[in-house]
Amino acid sequence: MKTVTLTLENPPELYLEGQNITPDNFAGKTAAELAAIDIWEGKLKSPLGKHFAVAGNGGATAADTKIVLRGDCTRVKRIGQQMTAGEIVIEGNADMYIGGWMKGGKIHVKGNVDSFCGIGMEGGELIVDGNAGHHLGSSPRGEWRGMQGGVIRVAGDAGNDTGTFINGGTIIIGGDADIHISTHGEGGTVIVKGNAKGRVGGQMVKGDIYVFGEIENPLPGFKLVGEVEQEVDGVKGRFAHHIGDLGERHPVSKGKTVYANLYTQI
Amino acid sequence: MSELLIKNGFVFDPLQGIKGDRMDIAIKDGKIVETNTLSSPSVIDAAGMTVMAGGVDVHSHVVGPKVNVGRLFRPEDKLFKSPFKTCNRMEMGFSVPSTFKTGYDYARMGYSFVNEAAMPPLHSPHVHEEIRDTPIIDNAAMPVFGNNWFTLEYLKNNEIENNAAYTAWLLRATRGFAIKVVNPGGTEAWGWGLNCDNIHDPVPYFDITPAKIITGLIETNEFLGLPHSVHLHCNNLGNPGNYTDTLDSLRLAEGYTPKNNFGRDQVMHITHVQFSSYGGDSWKNIDSQAKTIMDYVNSHDNITVDMGQVTLDETTTMTADGPFEHHLQSLNNLKWVNTDVALETAAGVVPYVYSPNVKVSTIQWAIGLEIALYSNDLMRTFITTDHPNAGPFTRYPRVIKWLMSRAARDETMKTFKWLNRTIESTTIDSIDRELTLYEIAQMTRAGPAKALGISNTYGGLAPGMDGNVAIYALNPENMPSNPDMIESAFSRCAYLVKDGIVAVKGGEIVAEPPKRTVWVDVKVPENAQVQRDIYEHFLRHYSVGVENYQLFDEHLHNPRVIEVDTTQ
Repeated sequence: MKTVTLTLENPPELYLEGQNITPDNFAGKTAAELAAIDIWEGKLKSPLGKHFAVAGNGGATAADTKIVLRGDCTRVKRIGQQMTAGEIVIEGNADMYIGGWMKGGKIHVKGNVDSFCGIGMEGGELIVDGNAGHHLGSSPRGEWRGMQGGVIRVAGDAGNDTGTFINGGTIIIGGDADIHISTHGEGGTVIVKGNAKGRVGGQMVKGDIYVFGEIENPLPGFKLVGEVEQEVDGVKGRFAHHIGDLGERHPVSKGKTVYANLYTQI
Repeated sequence: MSELLIKNGFVFDPLQGIKGDRMDIAIKDGKIVETNTLSSPSVIDAAGMTVMAGGVDVHSHVVGPKVNVGRLFRPEDKLFKSPFKTCNRMEMGFSVPSTFKTGYDYARMGYSFVNEAAMPPLHSPHVHEEIRDTPIIDNAAMPVFGNNWFTLEYLKNNEIENNAAYTAWLLRATRGFAIKVVNPGGTEAWGWGLNCDNIHDPVPYFDITPAKIITGLIETNEFLGLPHSVHLHCNNLGNPGNYTDTLDSLRLAEGYTPKNNFGRDQVMHITHVQFSSYGGDSWKNIDSQAKTIMDYVNSHDNITVDMGQVTLDETTTMTADGPFEHHLQSLNNLKWVNTDVALETAAGVVPYVYSPNVKVSTIQWAIGLEIALYSNDLMRTFITTDHPNAGPFTRYPRVIKWLMSRAARDETMKTFKWLNRTIESTTIDSIDRELTLYEIAQMTRAGPAKALGISNTYGGLAPGMDGNVAIYALNPENMPSNPDMIESAFSRCAYLVKDGIVAVKGGEIVAEPPKRTVWVDVKVPENAQVQRDIYEHFLRHYSVGVENYQLFDEHLHNPRVIEVDTTQ
């Protein structure tokens, strides 16, 4: 695997739209060619080299390419958007839409990310060592086909609207989550290891949510049906099992109604 | 004094019966003229190419409130589907494109006139503002009458003359073009949470049947002598077994003959007839009754139809048929918008995915094509996708490809998950017919223009008509063996000349000539009764005053008035 190192030397005055920073785009290009690819600051287009020092060539394929971003990328958006393979490591913070519509590969952010990260995700792995903003692993605006697959792992806290319209895949939040988790969900799993504020699983049709801590304001649309012993993300525990959202339509499979499951640790 | 000569193209003009003759077309000051009247024209060499009049779309939802609702509530329709700016204005969207993209894409396909399929009268200012913002193509808009309280009351009491006076007033108030009827009575019934399931099912409170609304409006239309006929979206649309209701509606036109000075020969246009040609009694056993419907249409000269071809895309349905949209939403569980328009109509919007993996979708696809392929008279059968209901208008070139090539149909059918079930439920696999370029010109230009009553200006290439010419990179003497080339040629025309100005060259927009709003101004004798009714209704029931209701002139963009005088 070949490594391209991008060092942010000339930070933008506004924000950079970095959707071209993906292993797919970098594959087969030399450092000089990479310095010439397009990046946008607002509506102004400029070459990547205007802001970043580029070292190293891309690999033959996306899977063969690793991109390391150094410097303060707090104002760089859309890194790894729509990537299908390869690896990206962001040494510090990054802005919105990191790993959006990702299909494969791996992104590791060592700092915090802002909102809309991992939205519309279909596969791959997004790991954030710090906190994430709102709409983590959510569906793009208006879209009813949310996260389809892949894994999002955030060590810290997440904002609101996590996993809206989630259809598949797994989101693991190490800390607390704000309101709205798996709203309209039709599959997938969200695990909150800290506390959740409320509106957990609203209008959820199918899928699973685990909350290890407390739900400050649980929804009345979920009904307690029993207790289960389960291993969740490597942790064994006893959970209260709720089904819901009872105000929503639910499909029938093999004569049985399918509900969404909400587990809270006892 | 601008002069343009289009030389040596293969010209197809069904209005003059020209079938691919190699000839020159001359345009002077925006109008087609005899070639010998030009002195020093600029020349377009169309040798080896197909030359037709600018396209005319009889039915497309491109402007107005429900289209805009579709745009607003489907941001995902724009995601990764909006090209970078190449023209004056940003383009975005796929199934509900922005106004600018709508105009540009129609122009790129060689169209010059598009008839907006449904204008809620109360919201006519919005319709006209969007018409203004839709570049290049000329537009008209049809106000909806089939559920209007005035219309229901007049027709219940057989007051055709009063209804005609009201219709004339509303056409003027909204700067409308023709009488559109959507699910007559059923949309009003939707206000009670009901529907009119067939044409004899009376409307609640008003106690009038859809059949009586339809015949009353035909009588009104012919009493006034409007350019276009009644334009009907049938009752019970989109449901299995509805072909009997469609036949019932078609039979209502029996005995009526057209009375107009615009060259129109039909008294009823049935729109997106694909949605109204279903047999069976459930989604499990739905089958095609396209042949039954087209046998009737073929033997009755006073009917025209358009296809409403399903294009197998993800799209956005939108119609004034409120109960139907509710029905659709309960089938696919997606987001739904429902609106009531005071005293007049309603509307619903629901996204819909026509998938080659879904049996009903592929049967619908086959039925649409059967409609055209069973037609004996393509001057009365037009290409539409009921944009965006069965698919976006940008798929017309693909529809043309399917109609012109059996191989292209077979290629598409190979992708069907339920191919055998589709073949069993339809007759598409037994049809070898392939349409010609002349027949495509009938279906996309000459026919719709004649049916709309505008064939003296649009849809043809006779001297005196508008200088709207589309040139396609297709050689009729050497048609491409790969049908995809037909689709690409019709998607991006070599040239579109609009009013004598080259608007599209090599598939790209190069100029944006001024566009027009076409409307029909009917002069009727003063009618004190109707004026009093209008005054009363607005006083008691409307949410706006009558003065604010009528379109202000500043909303009307570059009008072209078609005048009808019934007082003579």
